[in-house]
Amino acid sequence: MGIADTVTGGRRIAVERPGTAVVAVVVAYLLADLAAKLVGTTVFFLGVRLFGGSLTVGSLFTMLLDGLLVGLAVGLAGIGLSMTYSILDFANFAHGDTVTVGAFLGWVTAYVAANLATSVPFSSLFLLNDGNQLSVSAGWALVLLGLVVAAVGTVAVTLLVDRLVYRPMRDSDNISLLIASIGVALALRYLIAFVFGAQTSGVATVGFQLRLVTGLAVTDNELALLVVAVVLMIAVHVLLQRTKLGKAMRAMADNEDLARVTGIPTERVVRLTWILGGALAGTSGYLLVLERGTIAFNFGWILLLLIFAAVIVGGIGSIYGAMAGGVLIGLVDSLALIWLPSGLTRAAAFAVLIVVLLIRPSGIFGGVTTA
Amino acid sequence: MSTADLRARLDDLPDAALVALFLVGIWLLLTLLAVSVRDGAAAANLAAGFVGSVTVLVGAYAILTLALNLQWGYTGLFNIGVAGFMAVGAYTTAILTAPADPGAGGVPGFGLPLWLGLLGGMLMAALVGGLAALPALRLRADYLAIVTVALSEIIRLFVNWGGVAEVRVLGKRFGTGGATGISFPAPDEVVADLVTGIGAPLVDAASAAGVSGPNVVNIVYGLVLLVVVVGSYWVLSRLADSPFGRVLKAIREDETVTQSLGKDTRLFKIKAFMIGCALMGLAGALFRGSAGYISPAQFRPAITFYVFAALIIGGAGSNTGSILGAATFAALLFYLPARLGEFFPTFGTSSPGNIVDAVAALGSLDVTPLLAFVLANVSTLRFVLIGVVLIWIIQNQPEGILGHRNDPAASVPLDRPSSPEHESGGEADE
Repeated sequence: MGIADTVTGGRRIAVERPGTAVVAVVVAYLLADLAAKLVGTTVFFLGVRLFGGSLTVGSLFTMLLDGLLVGLAVGLAGIGLSMTYSILDFANFAHGDTVTVGAFLGWVTAYVAANLATSVPFSSLFLLNDGNQLSVSAGWALVLLGLVVAAVGTVAVTLLVDRLVYRPMRDSDNISLLIASIGVALALRYLIAFVFGAQTSGVATVGFQLRLVTGLAVTDNELALLVVAVVLMIAVHVLLQRTKLGKAMRAMADNEDLARVTGIPTERVVRLTWILGGALAGTSGYLLVLERGTIAFNFGWILLLLIFAAVIVGGIGSIYGAMAGGVLIGLVDSLALIWLPSGLTRAAAFAVLIVVLLIRPSGIFGGVTTA
Repeated sequence: MSTADLRARLDDLPDAALVALFLVGIWLLLTLLAVSVRDGAAAANLAAGFVGSVTVLVGAYAILTLALNLQWGYTGLFNIGVAGFMAVGAYTTAILTAPADPGAGGVPGFGLPLWLGLLGGMLMAALVGGLAALPALRLRADYLAIVTVALSEIIRLFVNWGGVAEVRVLGKRFGTGGATGISFPAPDEVVADLVTGIGAPLVDAASAAGVSGPNVVNIVYGLVLLVVVVGSYWVLSRLADSPFGRVLKAIREDETVTQSLGKDTRLFKIKAFMIGCALMGLAGALFRGSAGYISPAQFRPAITFYVFAALIIGGAGSNTGSILGAATFAALLFYLPARLGEFFPTFGTSSPGNIVDAVAALGSLDVTPLLAFVLANVSTLRFVLIGVVLIWIIQNQPEGILGHRNDPAASVPLDRPSSPEHESGGEADE
């Protein structure tokens, strides 16, 4: 028992699933390397650096926090992508730009409201220029107003897009819908660029910092992201498990025809899917800008691949998978800095996506169809 | 004449004539634009500039669209990593041909002749494509899409990374140049040498008409790209009509049936994918590297989606449709709107600096500021137009506006009773 079993089990995995075994070895090496780095020793073997280096606990915690924050926002956005994937059965390439739309709607509202009393002309405020930047501690009511506008406004935009683009083609195959979503993505992104320009604007600033341990501080804006994201994720969980709508959505994700036969109003469920997905996408975009401080017309598009990675790693179609995958990908994106030069961390996140697809196409949470 | 009538007439034309007609039409349209905004020699030079640029664009997009058509139109492999394979081809060519001893600030390479570099680029793109196609064997169509787009970003981030800007392997120095890019002997320069050498009388004649030397080179380079298009078209058409091509079309229609007929569909898919990627690599070197310089920013995923738009406009599954789609996209959606925006008269109204001022003027019933603003931002708005056109086509003309071209999967004519010689059975298999 015990060790012998583990060894035979390990040997079986190595023989039957070599890919998984390789990944396990790589992860084990990285963990050993991390431990050596934290201790501050370097292990040499025949003159070659085997592992080790140096890394302070403080900077590790900072990376963990950064990864967690980005991951929560990505996971939040991923819920909508995962739902449209399972219920409407297509990969929505416009989801990243929906995130941008929400961020712009929310931030323009909050920014203009915050600076109306100043003498800055309205046109500058509307273009997110020249005004005072917001922080949660300095103007929580305004930030909250922006959050609500981001959610509601994005829902309006997604419903309009569904009415104009996707509804006329409900019966089309998934590739046609995917191509249509590419069209939507281009149109949304460049409409935003047309209205707001292509520059990057700074809109949020740090109000106060809470020092947790040596070398690790969390800002008020980061706290807001943390709290809102966790609350929304719990809310989605309750909605899916406790309400009739949640049951209907899960049923439709499992088998649309069966759902229709049993009398579930599928068109209404589709609309609610867009409403929920849009609201979460808009909120996550708004919160990410709050955390980063800057906004640009293509930031959601750049984020899209990360969101896809989260959804696929978590197991596409699974909402809990999207949340967990988001946090995981966020952490990979951030922690990769320990081992890789800064230019390649994003590439590492995409590499994780490809590896997961190759080894376990159904995702880590795949097979457990929860929604 | 009704549109249906026009369509019927166009359908009767041979494919090559249709493409030629289209190109000449675009050239005439652009010349007309040049003549209407400039006079005399300036007009001739402007027109030559227009024609050269549009021909290069059309040629480059036609090669890319043909390659994508082989992968998606014929085999059903949804590749949205076109930009990545272009980057592999272009960078390999650049690294192979960059001079071994460049001046200060330059990135050293292997100093090979250009044709060898292009060949190497195609080979490398095919190899990377083969690797990328492996997951295609077991994944859903849209999973492959996500894998390829992620791969293309990994490639771009990698060549952008400072760590490989210049490396030393076994005493040999080479690299990608990182974010600043890399210079190499331009395909453009080869054409320029040709033009100024053999074609000197041509250049003299052109300069007498007011057309500058660089514009002549540009036009000739565009024509060279068109020759590559014709070559690719010939190869791909032969391929599509061969037993190999028929298996590809069979895979697209129903992979399980094809498998049950004893075809190793996985091998066919990989081969088709690799050939397509090789062509994309060539296009990457000839198009993005035409001026002898490439940088990572030229290979953003956006360019993949432009190629897709071109293919969908033309109609996937048809080689002629691909070329026509590429011409339509490059000339009418990508190039022309920007030029029109540049030269459209705004009647003395300068564009307001932002949209708020432009819309505010509507309050006093003045439309011109908004119009001027729209015209000043046409190069942004054309992407909205591309998106809308894409949606419209997918909804209303899924076969493409130039689709419905005759492209049967069988090599035996299906519309007339088979003669005795056809009854002797199917032709020899692969």
